[in-house]
Amino acid sequence: MDELARTDPLTVAERWKGEGRPVAIATVIETWGSAPRPVGSHLVVDAEGNFHGSVSGGCVEGAVITEALDIIGSGSPRILEFGVADETAWRVGLSCGGRIRVFVERLD
Amino acid sequence: MRLDHLKILNAARAERRAIALVSDLTDGTDRLFTERDTVEGALGEALRAAFLSGKSAAVDADGRSLFINVHVPPPRIVVIGAVHISQSLAVMATLAGFDLTIIDPRTAFATPERFADVNLIAEWPSDALKDCPLDAFTALVAVTHDPKIDDMPLSEALKTGCFYVGALGSRKTHAKRLERLGAEGFSQGQLARISAPIGLDIGAATPAEIAVAILAEIIQSLRRRALDRSTAA
Repeated sequence: MDELARTDPLTVAERWKGEGRPVAIATVIETWGSAPRPVGSHLVVDAEGNFHGSVSGGCVEGAVITEALDIIGSGSPRILEFGVADETAWRVGLSCGGRIRVFVERLD
Repeated sequence: MRLDHLKILNAARAERRAIALVSDLTDGTDRLFTERDTVEGALGEALRAAFLSGKSAAVDADGRSLFINVHVPPPRIVVIGAVHISQSLAVMATLAGFDLTIIDPRTAFATPERFADVNLIAEWPSDALKDCPLDAFTALVAVTHDPKIDDMPLSEALKTGCFYVGALGSRKTHAKRLERLGAEGFSQGQLARISAPIGLDIGAATPAEIAVAILAEIIQSLRRRALDRSTAA
């Protein structure tokens, strides 16, 4: 398996689903200010909480995965909104101060 | 997201074809569009902008809250000729975000010493293009002005619908080139897609300036390309 097939979130999502694993796909749909990942970025999650890709620099992935597990169960898509200001950003003198909106849906 | 849509989307990405998935953020339904689909109204406008810029965006259209996730292949430049202009073009094109490959069978020109950190293939284009085929998101720049080397990739670029096809050479050289390609069966319209003299007319005088003119013309062709034009010649 090449690097793309191993780590590209949408390729991983297709493969997981093909293996019979339930999958949720999270997508960054809007950003304000300096957000770490561009619009269109994906995080894919299976029912066990395994994931690939990212929607932020690691700040909000935990929360997105928790919501994704919920959505795998319910099947209803949801829009999540996060502020991405964190103390690390302040410490290096950059107030990140960004916000992102993330769309989470089940792959059916 | 529908699994069948994801499969089509992944196949298009793997084959370097542009595609957009439009998700309805309220009910989670999705639709797929290619560059050649005709879409009316606000969604059509937003799709065109997304395909041209390569940027995904949320959009409100027809009273629905939608998200367009556009997947445009990373643009490539294939240069035929490891000449002085190509040395400058390789540096500038990389800075502008293009993947660049240089092909030249003349091993005196195609040396790693002249082209450090450049993807350089010292083979005939007919061999090199087997491993690195041209497509609609590739620009072909032919700068050897040797018909033995330039003609085959130029003809291939027209057949595969490269978004930019440019050839270096005087008007006289180009007139002869058009005669040869015309004899291969290309129409006047197809041949008119070859940009010659190559590059935007900015009075470029040095190899580096010519590289600027070529790169500017490539960017113009990429960002202003006609989306409804058939990509195959």
